[in-house]
Amino acid sequence: MLRLYLRRFLGNPLALAGAVVVLSLVALALASPWLSPTDPLQQDLIHRLQPPSPAHWMGTDDLGRDVLSRVITGARVSLAVGGLAVGIAVLLGTLVGVLAGYHGGWVDAVLMRAVDVLLCFPTIFLILMVVAFLEPNILNVMAVIGLTSWMGLARLVRGETLSLRERDFMLAACGLGLSTPRILGVHLLPHIVSPIIVAATLGVGGAVMTESALSFLGLGVQPPWPSWGNILTVGKDYLHIAWWLSLFPGLAILVTVLGFNLLGEGLRDVLDPRLGNE
Amino acid sequence: MTVPLLIGITLVSFLVMRLAPGGPTDAATDLNVKASADARARLTKLYGLDKPWPVQYGLWLGRLARLDFGKSFKDDRPVLQKIRERLPATLALNILSLLLIFGAAVPLGVLSAVKQNSLFDRTATVFVFVGYAIPAFWLSLLLMILFGLKLGWLPLSGLRSLNHDEFSAAGKILDLAKHLALPVFVSAFTGLAGLSRYMRNGVLEVIRQDYVRTARAKGLPESRVIRTHALRNALIPVVTILGLSLPDLIGGSFIFETIFAYPGMGRLGYDAIIARDYPVVMGVGTMAALLTLLGNLTADLAYAWVDPRIRYAR
Repeated sequence: MLRLYLRRFLGNPLALAGAVVVLSLVALALASPWLSPTDPLQQDLIHRLQPPSPAHWMGTDDLGRDVLSRVITGARVSLAVGGLAVGIAVLLGTLVGVLAGYHGGWVDAVLMRAVDVLLCFPTIFLILMVVAFLEPNILNVMAVIGLTSWMGLARLVRGETLSLRERDFMLAACGLGLSTPRILGVHLLPHIVSPIIVAATLGVGGAVMTESALSFLGLGVQPPWPSWGNILTVGKDYLHIAWWLSLFPGLAILVTVLGFNLLGEGLRDVLDPRLGNE
Repeated sequence: MTVPLLIGITLVSFLVMRLAPGGPTDAATDLNVKASADARARLTKLYGLDKPWPVQYGLWLGRLARLDFGKSFKDDRPVLQKIRERLPATLALNILSLLLIFGAAVPLGVLSAVKQNSLFDRTATVFVFVGYAIPAFWLSLLLMILFGLKLGWLPLSGLRSLNHDEFSAAGKILDLAKHLALPVFVSAFTGLAGLSRYMRNGVLEVIRQDYVRTARAKGLPESRVIRTHALRNALIPVVTILGLSLPDLIGGSFIFETIFAYPGMGRLGYDAIIARDYPVVMGVGTMAALLTLLGNLTADLAYAWVDPRIRYAR
């Protein structure tokens, strides 16, 4: 089975491209302290707002800090926020989805109505509110993105659970008198794990985007600590004289989100061909 | 369904606001050394913040039933009036970008599907992936640099030029169009990608159906087959997606309007959040939820129009 997946994966150029991008980003983020040419926080006021040059490949910002170093360190922030936020969303979404789908009845009705309500809410408004009213920092940003993005996943998991609930192996597990946690964990979960992996991969892209938007508005990662979003905030202030401050962090976001989306779509084709596009 | 939804949404907003530490009175008194504890207490009482939160929420709901959103903590003007000033700008932005999304996504999706795997289809696919991944606020910055600063064709922010009053009627419309161009384009761009993809998949699915084969078999020209037989059926899922994407579109207003200093409801909400102006935050939140519900209702009605098999109980 695994070999089949691997062969399909290697035969899918888009998925492969996504995997390369994502793996490079993870490597970049992990190795950022050694890879960045200078300390991302080190100021050099004499060389402020320098355009890209051999010394500073992406130029310098308003305080003379090396933009390349800040973008590299920003990868760490973005991936950490994206990964943890999605982790929270996956946990919550799976829990709610399995509970609603397996239990059915009023539990299902109540949970799914709650999901409907939350899906109708302009999420970004809720996020802005929570982050602004609590203290804007990286932990709150992670938590709130995770807590506002599990609903789609809950729906997906509920649907899968519903369709599996009456299958013979589930009835057999039930008939054997296994405990509910064991039925759900050992017998149900392995069958719904592929759509969850796909949704989670696609979710990282979304979370990275939300984090950078929040940081851009000054409600996410706080300066001087770099995030792609808050480098862009400075970029906006110096729009007319320093285009490089706006160009590079945005490209980094674009490439990251693109990488995760390609990988997610690719994984979908690999893990579950019947959900594919063609 | 609508009423419980509305209550759910406002309750969530309310809880988030009231459970968060700090309050509007802090902002007003922290910087003022002369503000005594007594003055603080009086201010809290004036705003009705001394009561337990379920009571506060009940009172707020009661006033809402009379369409009374309360008064802003900041300038004491009725919230409803503040929203009414800003709503047309936001509606204009969202409706224009919805039209643009729909108007561009349908032909784009149909063309990609009809010429599946052609150069056009591949280019469109790349465009879709990039459109999904591009951060809207970054695209705004780039377009502002290009069209606003380098080329100087379009204004950077706001909705009107400073010398707006000196223009003729036609000049005023042109001025408005110039100010709207960038926000509408950016807002439409990201939504366009997803919708054209759904349209493409919808058409691909439909043109394999028997009734399309029948239409072809009776000798109808291909253009007619696509337009009258395939298109309408392919539109069904698209209408649903369009309805579902409304919260994102309205949510996007909070970001675009802040970037473009656009005088809409999103910016009002953002400013109110920063200033902890509770009544305005609640008002904007409720309004955004209402707009979403209204959008979903429209999508449902459009659904019945596109698909005659769907009939709502009389």
